[in-house]
Amino acid sequence: MLEWFGLPQGSAHSAEIDYVVDLTHWLMLVLCVGWGLFFVYTLIRFRQGANPVANHHGIKAVWSKYLEGLIVLAEVVLLVVFSIPAYNARVAAFPAEPQSTVVRVVAEQFAWNVHYPGPDGVFGRTDIRLVNTDNPLGLDRSEAAAKDDLFTINEFNMPVDKPVIVHLTSKDVIHSFGLPQMRVKQDAVPGLVHSVWFTPTMTGDWEIACSQLCGLGHYRMRGFYTVQSQADFNAWVQEQRELMAP
Amino acid sequence: MDHASTIGHPAGGAHAHTHAHAEPGFLRKYVFSVDHKVIGIQYTVTALLFLFFGFALMMLMRWQLAYPGQPIPLIGGLLGVANAPGGIMLPEFYNQLGAMHGTIMVFLGVVPLAVGGFGNYVMPLMIGAPDMTFPRLNMASYWLYFVGGVIMLLSFLAPGGAANSGWTAYTPLSNIATVGQTWWLGGMLFLILSSLLGAVNFITTIVQLRAPGLTWGRLPFFVWAQLVTSFLLLLAFPALQAAAFLQASDRLFGSSFFNPSGLVVSGQVLEGAGGGNPLLWQHLFWFLAHPEVYVLILPAMGIVAEILANNTRKPIWGYKLMVGSVIFLGFMSFVVWAHHMFLTGMGTTISAFFQTTTMIISVPSVIILSALFLSLYGGSIRYNTPMLFALAFLPMFGIGGLTGLPLGLASADIPLHDTYYVIGHFHYVVAPGTVFALLAGVYYWYPKVTGRMMNEMLGKIHFIGSFITINLIFMPMFIQGLAGMNRRLYDGGQQYAHVQDVLGWNLTMSHASWGLGLFQLIFIVNFFMSLKTGKKVDANPWRATTLDWAATTSPPLAHGNFETVPTVYRDAYGYSVPGASADFIPQHAEKA
Repeated sequence: MLEWFGLPQGSAHSAEIDYVVDLTHWLMLVLCVGWGLFFVYTLIRFRQGANPVANHHGIKAVWSKYLEGLIVLAEVVLLVVFSIPAYNARVAAFPAEPQSTVVRVVAEQFAWNVHYPGPDGVFGRTDIRLVNTDNPLGLDRSEAAAKDDLFTINEFNMPVDKPVIVHLTSKDVIHSFGLPQMRVKQDAVPGLVHSVWFTPTMTGDWEIACSQLCGLGHYRMRGFYTVQSQADFNAWVQEQRELMAP
Repeated sequence: MDHASTIGHPAGGAHAHTHAHAEPGFLRKYVFSVDHKVIGIQYTVTALLFLFFGFALMMLMRWQLAYPGQPIPLIGGLLGVANAPGGIMLPEFYNQLGAMHGTIMVFLGVVPLAVGGFGNYVMPLMIGAPDMTFPRLNMASYWLYFVGGVIMLLSFLAPGGAANSGWTAYTPLSNIATVGQTWWLGGMLFLILSSLLGAVNFITTIVQLRAPGLTWGRLPFFVWAQLVTSFLLLLAFPALQAAAFLQASDRLFGSSFFNPSGLVVSGQVLEGAGGGNPLLWQHLFWFLAHPEVYVLILPAMGIVAEILANNTRKPIWGYKLMVGSVIFLGFMSFVVWAHHMFLTGMGTTISAFFQTTTMIISVPSVIILSALFLSLYGGSIRYNTPMLFALAFLPMFGIGGLTGLPLGLASADIPLHDTYYVIGHFHYVVAPGTVFALLAGVYYWYPKVTGRMMNEMLGKIHFIGSFITINLIFMPMFIQGLAGMNRRLYDGGQQYAHVQDVLGWNLTMSHASWGLGLFQLIFIVNFFMSLKTGKKVDANPWRATTLDWAATTSPPLAHGNFETVPTVYRDAYGYSVPGASADFIPQHAEKA
């Protein structure tokens, strides 16, 4: 359904999420049509002109109890079989970090800072006292682990078909890290680190959409993300490294 | 049931006003009145004004969404240079309008109308009471609400304008917002206090002041709905009251309940921040604001049930089931709040819990809605204006409820959270749902208050126009939401590539919202014109069964409501009873 409205299923879990959306809408459709027909029928059949004397006892409906039961059953199935497993897979069951692309994303009014750990796989220490315009993350450059770190603003590249783990936080207010084509959305809460993971399966260029009101620039808190082949990603990393070199 | 002693009237059936009352002066009678009917009218009129004002804010926003960056025609120049230089709305102002639209509609419009207005005017009449248990508290409740409303309005004049962090006022954004946010908190303190006083009064009145013979099983569904609503207000609002104090303390006294350590705002380390948690605010806020949703819906369901029974000329279907459901709904509404917070970093256990409670709470809602649908079967349906609005409530609330399903399932919530889908969902519940029910109530009880009917032709035009335009506003929101268009965007989402195909709906929706505004003018004209020219009617023009219609038309002010306290002999829905001579038997009619 979301695909039909223009959002490609860009990640491995997209289909699972979309399936829950689809099923709930099928349930809605059935109920809307069913009750709609009943509604229209009663409005016409039992108008005063056609039925001058009302029946005090009304409908003796046994089927309404069964209908109620069916709706409950449908909801239980949606919940237990589909939604809870799908959601739990998102917030638990993380892949191993060495086999994944791991980044920190630090949101601020009104930009996305993306922090790559570099070849050593270790994020350098950050300190708010070091934050300035050239160093939006407050990275401690004197530290060994920080030497090979990369950071970008509003630009998030990743290789396709490899799990991505994003450790998400914010410097100021609550933002929400939305990647609509990846079926990823997670609040970035200052003071807390939330992690989110997904496996992009489709290459392309899309936008990071801030999904939580974060101030007057919320509407333009737009970043870009690119899913590319491993070779293209490696080339991009090299390019960024050269840009950052003093 | 010795209720009269509380009020100071002599007990007993024959309750003639032989004792001399000093006639109260104008101020006491019409302004600072302790009479529930005057207070009910004050609430109704004030709340209707706020509803129109809140809607007007949205009509302004819809200009910016349809024509981003273009000067607002006609009134653009009046908005002030700080808000809209050259008539072009600034994002700061857009966010103020958004926050205040939500705040005004919920806290100053719908709840005061549903509870303060209808609850105050109709409920005591419906239970045969001479007034509320605590008339002075009742007056205090209205005036606290009034002061809260004035503070909210004046906050637009504060430096930096009104609150701009959404009606949800999420921290830390609200903690660092301009001074308008402090005004907002001040206004909320008054509004919450007002609701708490009202709730205490409603509960004690319903428990203590029912007419002789009006047992719980004979109580009209409307009264049950008001009773459960009052418990929700009483038990949920203190959480927000506490939270508002904490936020005010963060803002004014440098405490840090909601600010974590290490905040850097605009490149500056935020002094004094530390140790708090922004999510604490969300938990406290939604602990109120989810029950608050039912505070909006339940009185609407009550109104619809009464109007449906009256205009189908038969009882509502499954009275006991409905009462059971509404009580269960009240309890459950306290354990679903965190389904608004699935994406704040919730783990597996808690999210499973809140998904489950959310599915459970849908069951009593479905039962009530089904019962109302089934009530139509076998009826002899009269299509007058109140009935049209009440009937429209059913499918509209149905759509609102059903579209809550994917949002209540945490997995499906991931793509839909904070998109227009959410706005569509809760507006179907509140606008064409609850507000339509409230309009039905205005048309229905207008003759009780004034002795005159509202004009039927204008009423029907108002209904048809509103029904079409309101659906044109909210239905496209589901499409935009499924396409991933985020809410609260100043430019209506123009910047984002993935929503370009659904941007065009913004024009349809905006034009429909202005159309909806025009149709409300018809209502306003009808409302005032009918005071003078409406058809004069007797005390019970709808041929209804409940006690509110046993009172005289425009019941006398400040003298109790009934010439003699009525005694109730039967249930609330004696319509089309087999063998009866008329198609209705009032609750207070003695057994033949």
